[in-house]
Amino acid sequence: MTIPVRPARTPAEDAIAATLQARLAVAAGQGGLEGRLGELSADALEAFRAHGLPNRRVEEWKYTDLRAAVRDFPPLAGTPGPAQEAEAAALALDVPHAARLLFVSGALARGASDFAGLPAGVSALPLDAATASNNPLLDRIGSLQPDRYDGALALNTGFLGEGLVVTVEAGIKAAKPVHLAHVFPAGEAVAGFTRTVVVVGEGAELTLVESFTGREGVAYQANHAMELVVGDGATVNLVRLQEEGAAALHLGTLMVELGRAAKLNVFSLVQGAALSRHSVYGRFQGTGTNLGVRGATLLKGRQHADTSMFIDHAVAGCESRELFKTVLSDESHGVFQGKIVVRRDAQKTDGRMMSQSLLLSDNAEMDNKPELEIFADDVQCGHGATVGTLDDKMLFYLRSRGLPLKEAERLLIQAFVGEAVEFVEDEALREVLIARMVAWLEKRAA
Amino acid sequence: MRQRHGVDARHKAGHDGFQNDAGLGPAALTFPPGPAVAHQRTPHMLEIKNLHARIGDNEILKGLDLTIPAGEVHAIMGPNGSGKSTLSYVLSGKPDYEVTEGTATFNGQDILALAPEERAAAGVFLAFQYPIEIPGVANMQFLRAAMNAQKKARGEEEISTPDFLKLVRAKAPDLGITQDMLRRGVNVGFSGGEKKRNEILQMALLEPKLCILDETDSGLDIDALKVVAQGVNALRAPDRAMLVITHYQRLLDHIVPDVVHVMHKGRIVRSGGAELALELEESGYAAYGQDAA
Amino acid sequence: MPAVQETVERVRALDVDQYKYGFVTDIESEKAPKGLSEDTIRYISAKKNEPEWMLEWRLEAYRRWLTMVEPTWARVSYPKIDFQDYYYYSQPKAAPKSIDEIDPEILKTYEKLGIPLRERDALLGIENSGGSKVAVDAVFDSVSVATTFKAELASAGVIFMPISEAIREHPDLVKTYLGSVVPVSDNFYATLNSAVFSDGSFVYIPKGVRCPMELSTYFRINERNTGQFERTLIIADEGAYVSYLEGCTAPQRDENQLHAAVVELVALKDAQIKYSTVQNWYPGDKDGKGGIYNFVTKRGDCRGDNSKISWTQVETGSAITWKYPSCILRGDNSQGEFYSIAISNGYQQVDSGTKMIHLGKNTSSRIISKGIAAGHSENTYRGQVSAHRKATGARNFTNCDSLLIGDQCGAHTVPYMEAKNASAQFEHEATTSKISEDQLFYCLQRGLGPEEAVALIVNGFVRDVLQQLPMEFAVEAQKLIAVSLEGSVG
Repeated sequence: MTIPVRPARTPAEDAIAATLQARLAVAAGQGGLEGRLGELSADALEAFRAHGLPNRRVEEWKYTDLRAAVRDFPPLAGTPGPAQEAEAAALALDVPHAARLLFVSGALARGASDFAGLPAGVSALPLDAATASNNPLLDRIGSLQPDRYDGALALNTGFLGEGLVVTVEAGIKAAKPVHLAHVFPAGEAVAGFTRTVVVVGEGAELTLVESFTGREGVAYQANHAMELVVGDGATVNLVRLQEEGAAALHLGTLMVELGRAAKLNVFSLVQGAALSRHSVYGRFQGTGTNLGVRGATLLKGRQHADTSMFIDHAVAGCESRELFKTVLSDESHGVFQGKIVVRRDAQKTDGRMMSQSLLLSDNAEMDNKPELEIFADDVQCGHGATVGTLDDKMLFYLRSRGLPLKEAERLLIQAFVGEAVEFVEDEALREVLIARMVAWLEKRAA
Repeated sequence: MRQRHGVDARHKAGHDGFQNDAGLGPAALTFPPGPAVAHQRTPHMLEIKNLHARIGDNEILKGLDLTIPAGEVHAIMGPNGSGKSTLSYVLSGKPDYEVTEGTATFNGQDILALAPEERAAAGVFLAFQYPIEIPGVANMQFLRAAMNAQKKARGEEEISTPDFLKLVRAKAPDLGITQDMLRRGVNVGFSGGEKKRNEILQMALLEPKLCILDETDSGLDIDALKVVAQGVNALRAPDRAMLVITHYQRLLDHIVPDVVHVMHKGRIVRSGGAELALELEESGYAAYGQDAA
Repeated sequence: MPAVQETVERVRALDVDQYKYGFVTDIESEKAPKGLSEDTIRYISAKKNEPEWMLEWRLEAYRRWLTMVEPTWARVSYPKIDFQDYYYYSQPKAAPKSIDEIDPEILKTYEKLGIPLRERDALLGIENSGGSKVAVDAVFDSVSVATTFKAELASAGVIFMPISEAIREHPDLVKTYLGSVVPVSDNFYATLNSAVFSDGSFVYIPKGVRCPMELSTYFRINERNTGQFERTLIIADEGAYVSYLEGCTAPQRDENQLHAAVVELVALKDAQIKYSTVQNWYPGDKDGKGGIYNFVTKRGDCRGDNSKISWTQVETGSAITWKYPSCILRGDNSQGEFYSIAISNGYQQVDSGTKMIHLGKNTSSRIISKGIAAGHSENTYRGQVSAHRKATGARNFTNCDSLLIGDQCGAHTVPYMEAKNASAQFEHEATTSKISEDQLFYCLQRGLGPEEAVALIVNGFVRDVLQQLPMEFAVEAQKLIAVSLEGSVG
């Protein structure tokens, strides 16, 4: 076996490595990054030095070449001032009846976050506070990390520092959603990193919303990672709204561990960023669990969005459902990669994955790679993928009733993505999602 | 060349009912005797002259002439493959159909130049032979979107939700359209009869000027046929014209036409009163190289 | 259900040692010196009396190969291959002049394989299948030993001969098309093949000719430690049609034998090529020892408008299979098809699939893949469907189903679907499941034994693909499926 020859590092990679190095050195001068976070950061720097930014030669990043796309590395975001916090609060998406915790360019804005409004039984602790108090939950950080090197996650781990530890006590049904609003308001490009750990206790229930917005036209780099532990019998609904500014880079990683009879229902709406990647790592640790990961991606201009999932059925009797809808106009580029692994002992696994895409322009591109890797025989697994454009006959029918072409298209696209959105159980959230999509569609139709 | 088709058909059949045809241009065929004469003074709502249309390399309409004044119901009958459905698609603007020659005006306006939705807004409605299913678009949502799009195009005010609901509630029950059917995706899971009734409901709500019914009777049992026919008859009005395309005379028992046209090989080859339909029922289309059965 | 359990046990205990075709023919053969060097290549070229241009072509490939590394992306693992430890050329001593001079031992070998080499045998063997004829070009180790039906084909203008002869007799055709579908530098194994290929078939069907019979080649690896590097080139000129059958077997050996073939198909305007393979090379013993390493590059180029290339394969043998028969749909309205049955058992590793590259307008492709994994085997489908910017109206339908028998094996599906055109319509569906207990029970209740029941259900599972095979092959393939899952079928 030959070791692949690594080409020389790009300026962006050099800048990232240097920034990481400097950050660790400063920390060392101050007595080092505390315990676990320090170790993780140092390991991540090592790994980054060895592998660099993921590129198309790395199978998992075949269609999203960060090495080619990321040309520079802007300075790290500083602590937000009151003006920035106010601007961020205005830019953040509004989710009705939710307790909103605000992150400004990656950093937690304590003053603008509604800690007091958190539902009973739910607590949120800033990462630095958790570190200071030696919170045992810190051990969770990095525990759900995949074995294989993931360049986006490595960066997030390298710059560990900002973030939250959210816990839901066992048996608690959180009375309202918790909204983590991530905003990049800065006038100049910065890089921001956030790590969130969410631990939902046995039998608890939580609805969590993550939204990502930012200034249009600013080439900021947002990198978020969440480690979500859904305890035995717990239920979590997670809704992600990615509407970053049109020049932004968005790297998101969701790592999930599901306990026995746990239920997780994820919906991800992607409309923003110049380039975005959302990686989902799901691991089943107990039987009888149910995982649904669904989403809709709507792209225009030269946007590029990649959704990649790795669902690992390690134990028997679990169910997973993935459904992704991608709508591509102009010169946009959509990527869906999904891998379902069913290990030897994961008998009676029921896994279904579907990726459907609509190409609205001859200059758009969709790449699909749905994979099955199956080692257990008593399973029902399937995946499907389709690429196509709007149905001519349907369009004509609608137009013959008087709907202008654009509106007929809008209606059909809405129906297309609607098949995924309808799995969002919370009606108010579903309305929010639909409203965002309608806004996108109306903008397109205009 | 074009005229020869009809002449050939006549000679082959040895039928003497084609006196109108012999030696006369197609234009001479469009004003047959009958009730239409009474309306001759009414401005012609639809006026088609020498229409040629093809799909791909296949020419289907080969010089069709047809004039329908407001207030009249015209039926077009003809054997399979004579181009009846093509005429409905060409009038409603289905892509893939290319008009190569001729004109079609609707209230004086060249409709062939318009997009399908512009024709709809102008008042052209096609009740499809095979209404398509559109999963994910709720019937109600669709009806309202269509209504408002047309109103908007005409510069009228959009209908409010309560008014719209009231309107639907007033019209749907007569056609046997249930709440469930209104909630479901457009035509999704509808039976053949339900789809046709849904078409008529749309017609009733959109109040078009020209209603083209393409084989609306196909696939309907007699009870369903009556419901549909009642729905259509309720819409007969002095300012509205109807073009009823059918293969069988059966539908015309329930929707009595003012004029019946026979279409063959892409042209109108004969026109007459309602009695022509009965005559065809008896003699069949054998004269046109095909049985009615 | 105990009956099912029992079936699974028996399938698992499948006696892979009893490889039906594992025998060695005792004949003298002549080999090139062991190992790979420019000298080896000169030796091969000289043995073949090749013209200078061919030698140069080989040497260029060899030099290129030296700069390349073995691909590692496939889902197969094996100890590092020492390319210097193989003989790259082996031919029976006393090269035969005609079919009657063929070493009787070789003929006996073919008889054991049930291959109708001689005309008489051919006709006899085909009587049951509606009277069609098969012309056989047999490749024994590295030399094509006999070609039947030559005269009849010649009268139709069809050229069907060993490629070594074609290089001498039809240099213009060979120069025009060799390497035009699979370039010399295409991939590690194809480049190796380009340097050292020993023999293979050459087919040219002239304009407008429908080849009067099925053409067939049987490959067989006999000599110890020889690599077999056959090279096949089939050209269907405008409006021509040909159906080509390829069967492969190899004797049972403890060592791993290397096989790296290249098959190039060229279909010009309105031409059609149907290529069918039944591969039952030695898969290794029950502990995974020995067996063939099968690294094959097969590609068809639908070069002309309205052309069609159809691949059908039944893969039951080899320790490692690395094979992706593909279609480049270059001509407008061209069509590509891939029908595959891949059965793995014991410690076999299969990584096979196809690529459908849509370049022309209104091209269509269809992929039906059936994978069956048993024992400790790994069975991967890997496929790519892509529509380029200008490929308006591209259509693909892919269906790939996997069946698992026993819980020690793996079935994997890795499809790549790439669309750069809004009018492309691609549809992919894949399922993985085990044999339905309900189906099994139904069969058992009707009196079938568990083995018969499994064979019946598996045959039903692969039926869509079997139907694509010419009759002669379908029968053989069906038997092979039963044998591959031996233990369940008598």
